[in-house]
Amino acid sequence: MGSRPPVLEMTGIRKVFPGVTALDDVDFRLLPGEVHALMGENGAGKSTLIKVLTGVYGTDGGEIRLGGAAVLFGSPLQAQQAGISTVYQEVNLCTNLSVAENIFIGREPRTLGRIRWAEMRRRAVELLARLDLTLDVSAPLSTYSLAIQQMVAIARAIDIDAKVLILDEPTSSLDASEVAQLFAVMRRLKDAGVAILFVSHFLDQVYEVADRMTVLRNGRLIGEYRTADLPQMQLVARMIGKDLEALEELESQPRSSARELERGPLIAKAVGLGRTGGIAPFDMEIHAGEVVGLAGLLGSGRTEMARLFFGADRADTGHLEIDGKPLVLRSPRTAMAHGIGFSSENRRTEGVVAELSVRENIILALQAARGWTRPIARRRQDELVDKYVKALNIRPADPDMPVRNLSGGNQQKVLLARWLITEPRLLIIDEPTRGIDVGAKAEIQRIVAELADGGTAVLFVSAELDEVLRLSHKIEVLRDRRLVEELDNTDDVDADRVMRTIAGGVAQ
Amino acid sequence: MIDVTAPPGTPPAKARNRVLKQNRRHVPVLATLALLIIMYAVGVANYRGFSDTQVVLNIFVDNAFLLVVAAGMTFVILTGGIDLSVGAVVALTTTVAATLLHAGWPAAVVLPLVLLIGTVLGLGMGAVIHFFQVEPFIATLAGMFLARGIALLINRNSIPITDGFWTAMAEERIRFGPGVFISTSVVIALIVVLIGAYVLAYTRFGRTVYAIGGSADSALLMGLPVGRTRIAVYTLSGFCSALGGVLYSFYMSSGYSLNAQGMELDAIAAVVIGGVLLTGGSGYLFGTVLGVLVLGLIQTIITFQGTLSSWWTRIVVGVLLFAFIVLQRAVTRRTR
Repeated sequence: MGSRPPVLEMTGIRKVFPGVTALDDVDFRLLPGEVHALMGENGAGKSTLIKVLTGVYGTDGGEIRLGGAAVLFGSPLQAQQAGISTVYQEVNLCTNLSVAENIFIGREPRTLGRIRWAEMRRRAVELLARLDLTLDVSAPLSTYSLAIQQMVAIARAIDIDAKVLILDEPTSSLDASEVAQLFAVMRRLKDAGVAILFVSHFLDQVYEVADRMTVLRNGRLIGEYRTADLPQMQLVARMIGKDLEALEELESQPRSSARELERGPLIAKAVGLGRTGGIAPFDMEIHAGEVVGLAGLLGSGRTEMARLFFGADRADTGHLEIDGKPLVLRSPRTAMAHGIGFSSENRRTEGVVAELSVRENIILALQAARGWTRPIARRRQDELVDKYVKALNIRPADPDMPVRNLSGGNQQKVLLARWLITEPRLLIIDEPTRGIDVGAKAEIQRIVAELADGGTAVLFVSAELDEVLRLSHKIEVLRDRRLVEELDNTDDVDADRVMRTIAGGVAQ
Repeated sequence: MIDVTAPPGTPPAKARNRVLKQNRRHVPVLATLALLIIMYAVGVANYRGFSDTQVVLNIFVDNAFLLVVAAGMTFVILTGGIDLSVGAVVALTTTVAATLLHAGWPAAVVLPLVLLIGTVLGLGMGAVIHFFQVEPFIATLAGMFLARGIALLINRNSIPITDGFWTAMAEERIRFGPGVFISTSVVIALIVVLIGAYVLAYTRFGRTVYAIGGSADSALLMGLPVGRTRIAVYTLSGFCSALGGVLYSFYMSSGYSLNAQGMELDAIAAVVIGGVLLTGGSGYLFGTVLGVLVLGLIQTIITFQGTLSSWWTRIVVGVLLFAFIVLQRAVTRRTR
């Protein structure tokens, strides 16, 4: 592998933003026919490096060589034309257009300005065949799943004769089988000589597909490794750098277990609660000091279930009992009045208000609960915010910083702080750890465990089974929008056991 | 091969489901077509003489200008925008044309001039929308006041047109038999529709219009000329409004600054009833033609009825518009 000359070589890259050195003397090489993972915590400089490479940002130093020649891109379009294509986390295609159009729009085969539709469709079929895909290319893109859409985006990218393909978090919204499909495509492209730069927060995926990896930390290059030579624990150690405490804590954190729990009073009880098209009717109890984990595949009804407990969606069967009294949740306001908090999975769209400061974001829910006619005194605000910024280790610890400048993990903590400040009796947390780095993940898990110790009931939703197993006292397993099994988290319950239920092997 | 059209082992129901999903985008157009046929059948069943071919042709004759204006509006709405200025531009066109012709200017100068005025107005609004990122609703509302104001400033009264070319165009009939004819305006309108449909289906510009309506952000990231296309769409609508104004002045043989009040709403109604999504990205120019025919047929039925106030047209259009917007919601909600 070392014998081939790199297709892309970045040397001594520097990028300075006002007040921050985002990249400091970073080298990066990409060989033809390899999948290369770019690793690092949030804020390590991965995105910046990609943006410098694709011409979104200029550089403040260093050199980029593509195929041996020095290049400097002024825009993503120029980079594209030079053979560097990027597929972003959110699919950036037009779902109202056909598959073929999405691949070729802007580059359609034409005679005298007339689009040759037949040829375009034929070429689309050929191109997709290179990715091992057979689609109806004249169907609108919206009729296909997100995974297929992602692959159409890749097809579009490689048609521009890509030498370098950048995949930025392509798997974050895909389920396991879709990820496998994507990886099959990546391997095919790799065999065809395309150099793939892969960014993902899922370490297992990186180990499954990447040949080599480059680790960044705080804008500096830590090293370049062959995947086979770097065990997962060591990789994480290099990504986190400073101390391994957080990591060890994460690994050795005592598991919450059903046996150790002294059940507190019953807080919430669902009786035949359900919503057509969302989740089939289910019964469930949540006690004070208990963490109830929801496990299941993407789209199994996890979020839908959580939303019913908060009144974000209205149930059309059954009812909810809070403290033993039936309660109709007409809106989140009713839920909040009864001490229920909900931290949404979409922290960007339903969670934090990016333009507001950390302080304003944290105060938001408390203020809403009090009503707008009774403003919270500024001094009290500062006190509260200071307390939670410290308790949750929100960085940077500047309450007046707009939230949009924070990393994903810290935004999540702000969101948690917002609900913690209202001192909820039942806190629903939907996917708090998605897309955030290992260190922040450990901290958030610690917070959840502490909350439960303090007597708060927690409904915890996560796609990561390990996390659910580690934190929950009780696990509710969902499949196909139905609650299929309730497991007390005793020692004999492990990931395998839950996976089998999710897959439909037991408890039928 | 990963065959998604018909995955091995999965029932064909899934594939069929996808075909159904695909055809769902045709539902609004088909609904309009069905509505048109039912309305025509009701007319034929209830009124004597309704089945004459000329009744249908008259709908075209009486609505040729609306068809042209609605064609321009279709492009705008497909990008997810709106153009409120069209009625005012029609009025301005008729007023300017009548005034200049009255002053003795030759038709060969007046015709290109008024078309240019409409086009430049559209270009201006498009530029404001793109460069200053003003909501199309606001920018074209301003354009509407501007055009109507200028028209009123020029002349508050109706100005008759006696120019030879204009009267010739107004009186020329293309006959298919005794008592069966269309006007030149209909021919012009149909040519506009055909060109428009071709542009939408077969040119990069047309497809970019659809892409912008689907997602302007994505279109930009795909390297499409979003700004240029958006400006072009309003320019095109301005041109169509001016051409519609010319046809209107043929039809009325006069120019009047208070002409075509509320025509923007008729045009929008025709486009929406024709199945073009108000949010953009989906619909056909053919649907707009059907939409215009529905509006025309409502007027015709009310005329044949004889006892109803002509304001009933508005009420029926209102009800239909409401029904079709609800239908759009239902269709899009299910595809998403």
